[in-house]
Amino acid sequence: MTTTTPDIQLPEGKKQVNGLRRIWNTPSLLIGIIMFAVLILLALFIPYLSPYHPTEQNLSAFLQPPSSTHWLGTDQLGRDLFTRLIYAARTDLTIMVLAEIIPFCTGVLLGMLSGYYGKWTDRIIALITDTFIAFPFYLIVIIVAFASGAGERGIYITFILVGWIVFARVVRGLSASFREQEWVASAQTLGLPGSRIILRHLLPNVLPQAVVVLMTDMVGLLVAIVTLGYLGIGIAPPTPDWGTMISDGQPFITTAWWLSAVPGFAVVYTGIALSLLGDGLADIWRKK
Amino acid sequence: MMNSRRTLTGAQGNNGSYKWLGIALVRALIVILCVMTAVFFLIRIVPGDPAKMILGEYSTPEALKNMHHTLGLDLPLWEQFIRFMKTLFTQGDTGNSIIMGTSARELIMQRAPVTLLLILIACVLAIITALLLATAAATHKDKLLDHLIRIFPAITLGMPIFWVGILLILLFSVRLGWFPVGGVGEGFTGTLRSLALPAITVAFSQIPTLVRSLRAQMLEVLESDFVVTLRASGIPSRVILFKHVLRNSALPTLMLLGVNISYLIGGTLVVEQVFGIKGIGSLLFTSISNRDFPVIQGIALYCALSVVIISLLIEIISWWLDPRTKGKQ
Repeated sequence: MTTTTPDIQLPEGKKQVNGLRRIWNTPSLLIGIIMFAVLILLALFIPYLSPYHPTEQNLSAFLQPPSSTHWLGTDQLGRDLFTRLIYAARTDLTIMVLAEIIPFCTGVLLGMLSGYYGKWTDRIIALITDTFIAFPFYLIVIIVAFASGAGERGIYITFILVGWIVFARVVRGLSASFREQEWVASAQTLGLPGSRIILRHLLPNVLPQAVVVLMTDMVGLLVAIVTLGYLGIGIAPPTPDWGTMISDGQPFITTAWWLSAVPGFAVVYTGIALSLLGDGLADIWRKK
Repeated sequence: MMNSRRTLTGAQGNNGSYKWLGIALVRALIVILCVMTAVFFLIRIVPGDPAKMILGEYSTPEALKNMHHTLGLDLPLWEQFIRFMKTLFTQGDTGNSIIMGTSARELIMQRAPVTLLLILIACVLAIITALLLATAAATHKDKLLDHLIRIFPAITLGMPIFWVGILLILLFSVRLGWFPVGGVGEGFTGTLRSLALPAITVAFSQIPTLVRSLRAQMLEVLESDFVVTLRASGIPSRVILFKHVLRNSALPTLMLLGVNISYLIGGTLVVEQVFGIKGIGSLLFTSISNRDFPVIQGIALYCALSVVIISLLIEIISWWLDPRTKGKQ
């Protein structure tokens, strides 16, 4: 056992209280949490909030401008834009979170291995990273998503393949710097196996930074999901998705510009919420 | 590429500098070989049979077998690999287009000029705008202007590039009628006019990252000892800003653009689609809907190769301009 574990555990109860106050004292985190919570609550309760169905067509009420019955108007098939917008949040945010799980885990793990062991492990992982980075992100996303079949499955496969790199890079740098520090050296002197040092001692120390990166990376992932939808190789219609909504609205840009504009603002809104969350978390962990 | 550089910082003196250049070249070559291998495996690691994708779900086993033969997929993997590498090294090609029958490389070269022009204009626009914004932010540190410019990246981070393009079309083409809605115009001015909006769109996606690090860079220079000395000797701040600070910040911008070049190319492919420009992007999408694998592989290969080569060139140029950067990012 190292000395670090009991030291951290003792004041745990106090820290919880401080934690809440810290959130209160970090405006960016607070605003981020509120913005994100509003979106999640809307997405959860939309079936009770809206009288409309996201895919049901009503051709007698197509391309209506915003009104009291249709808050954001209707699309070319008479579907309520606001209802579709929130249902699309369900689809896109679920995929965004699920698609990030495996890349996050592999990226953090590979980054720790690469940073802790150095030498050949590091060189091989660096070479793989360099190779992947040479391919423009959207190019590889488009090709893999298409080749593995359009739809959700394609998105998951794409991000399992390319999503880990960001995390691996950040965690590698951190782990390499931690390797030089005393507490790692003392754990090594005590004869702890590498796997234990990595999982019990390195992991808790790299995790905060990795989570901050995760927040910004999720924005990129969301934009990629939406881009695939726009290009017609993402989520298949009629499932609502912000990207397909933007591309469906593009032909009507002269008459009903909001059809394309509004779903984009939803993406930007989510992006700002996640960025604020990331910034806020980084602030809190830096102060500690 | 950043990883190994750290070990090279120790190399000093004239001898060391050429050693650094050699190592950078060898490294780029290894990455290029890896890129080629990756392109070969690109359509093979993802689930699904390429022949089935070309012919459709309900094709006969007979037709599938023929298609496997045409694509060379009936050969053992290592033989396919050797074949692929052989065409690549002898002809610089990834095979013939299944639909057009002509070489994939030729098809790509036909479309490349528009895309390259678009990227070039976008880069120039991005650098100029980023320099202006960063100068404004750095000289007005912690004032309203600085805060406004600093909020900008947080907002634009979540903006899908194609959506920005659509909004620009809405504003400048539909409402104001300044630019054409899509396509590429005739002649020199026509081409420039029709590429203006797409280039602004691509540049827009690059500006936030550039501004963010340029601002930090400029603040560092502004607070450095030599600027303090210049100021103390009574040189006007305008001269200091343009002659010394900007000059010292230009190089990091160039290097940052080199790091982002891959993102820039990817964004351009998507933007071409929004504005109906017949460049590499539209070739990629036609090839995708035609299941034209050799062309898709060719595009992936040439894009990745340009990224590796441009990064290497920028690394060498910045080393040549400022030897301090040798072996560092």
